[in-house]
Amino acid sequence: MSSSLRLRAAIMSVAILAVFLGAWHIATRSTGSVANLNPEYAKLMGLTATQGKSAMPGPVDVGAKLWEHIQSPFYDKGPNDKGLGIQLAFSIARVMLGYLLAVAVAIPLGFLIGMSPLMSKALDPFIQILKPISPLAWMPLALYTIKDSSLSAIFVIFICSLWPMLLNTAFGVAAVRKEWINVARTLEVGTVRRAFTVILPAAAPTILTGMRISIGIAWLVIVAAEMLVGGTGIGYFVWNEWNNLSITNVIIAILVIGLVGMLLDQVLAQATRLVTFPE
Amino acid sequence: MTDKFISIEAIAKRYPAKNPDKRGGETTIFENLWLSMQRGEFGCIIGHSGCGKTTVLNILAGLDEPSEGAVIVDGQAIEGTSLDRAVIFQGHALFPWRTVLGNVAFAVKSKWPKWSAERIKTHATKFINLVGLSGSEHKRPAELSGGMKQRVGIARALSITPKIMLMDEPFSALDALTRGTLQDEVRRICLETDQTTFMITHDVDEAIYLADKIFLMTNGPGAVLAEILENPLPRDRARTDLHRHPLYYPLRNHIVDFLVTRSRTFTQDATGYDPRKVPVVRLALPEPVIATSAKSVPSAAAPNQASA
Repeated sequence: MSSSLRLRAAIMSVAILAVFLGAWHIATRSTGSVANLNPEYAKLMGLTATQGKSAMPGPVDVGAKLWEHIQSPFYDKGPNDKGLGIQLAFSIARVMLGYLLAVAVAIPLGFLIGMSPLMSKALDPFIQILKPISPLAWMPLALYTIKDSSLSAIFVIFICSLWPMLLNTAFGVAAVRKEWINVARTLEVGTVRRAFTVILPAAAPTILTGMRISIGIAWLVIVAAEMLVGGTGIGYFVWNEWNNLSITNVIIAILVIGLVGMLLDQVLAQATRLVTFPE
Repeated sequence: MTDKFISIEAIAKRYPAKNPDKRGGETTIFENLWLSMQRGEFGCIIGHSGCGKTTVLNILAGLDEPSEGAVIVDGQAIEGTSLDRAVIFQGHALFPWRTVLGNVAFAVKSKWPKWSAERIKTHATKFINLVGLSGSEHKRPAELSGGMKQRVGIARALSITPKIMLMDEPFSALDALTRGTLQDEVRRICLETDQTTFMITHDVDEAIYLADKIFLMTNGPGAVLAEILENPLPRDRARTDLHRHPLYYPLRNHIVDFLVTRSRTFTQDATGYDPRKVPVVRLALPEPVIATSAKSVPSAAAPNQASA
């Protein structure tokens, strides 16, 4: 029953994709010669004017270009022409650095907030004010203080992935079942051992959920941040290709950003599954 | 009352009242409560919800603090929780991310942090076998039935060889059949190991089967310990023919009567009640009487009143 459902869903997905690609292809295809033009002039105008082809590339153009990128993902022909793989590697490296810094701060701080009602109340106003700030609003301040565009991007990733992890960790730690804490208390378990052997495993699913939300936000923000700071990265690539008027490459970049985002999310989803315990 | 292994002395528990007009702005759950038990005894506390039974147990465990008074265990006033006092929780409270062995080993490692992993495992396995769970060491709590989970809870409590075992309605969430077998196990283990045990229950039959002493508590707030009932049934009693003992029904009726009426009216009716000298009641069979003699009047199973 469930396998047949999965099969039908897969067929449906393929059908939707086919309809979408077909519609895309028809909408952007050449409609034949529209006007009798001087051949010299036609050469200058390109296919858009001569054959009524849309300026928007069709799926075949995108596919062909994508194949080129896949064949040589790591070429480096100067600052404005690097392979897609290199650009992605820069973006992922920035996200990872900023994200891991955020993990290193958010989880211990979340434990503190979750375990101490005093700290929870004391830090609450700061968190409430800092949390809704768009991470990009920090960018000028980061650029001015850090004086390095690449490090500023990492800082922006750090600040945007901090909040979901911090709040989820604090919530998960504060919501650990009272009876588990009481077991630890009656067994005279010390604070450090209690934090690692009782609270951490009990709160792990909630913490991992926060980490999953954070990696999603970090990947959203890196594109915008790299558009601002420039130089390298997939966000820079998108903006650079827009300046080159290469809509094909922009579409490819959009597709690749989606794929990488999905992969990052799946890794965290898998990790969440590992620490989730059945009750 | 020579050897007071556990001595609860004049404890009180008060909470700030929600309604500030009340006297002193506090609600008194109970006050000036005295209770003592000897080493190796099995004590059961019975009373309606809200009389503060769980609070008494939590104070004994060190999870809660009395507003007044002190608790002395083995000649020492208790301060907070201790590995000498193991608690079996109502909802088993096992760590779902650990296996059966992991849960018991956690307790063993807490008691003897310097032991090697091998020694901890051997010790934990011994207690898992004791509660009849051999073969399930590597299962997680989610894979176990309610009764098996509570067995793990018992194994975990026993594994640290506590001076006192505290049980808060340990079997109330189980079905009747499982409850019966677990009661047998607990009785067997307590007799074998001479374990001092203090238990809260709602179940009259459970108290009669397990307890040496049954503490009857009146309704709260302002609950008092009304009576200490000594169990007159033989020490080698079996659950299956408990009801055949001639004192079973008088004992049962006495407790049920208390719960139905006297738990409500005791504080008003009692005259000269001294919380330090709670009446100890031991039911006895009526003396045989000569039926033909016109002078003697057969008496009912009258409780022999003794002083604490």
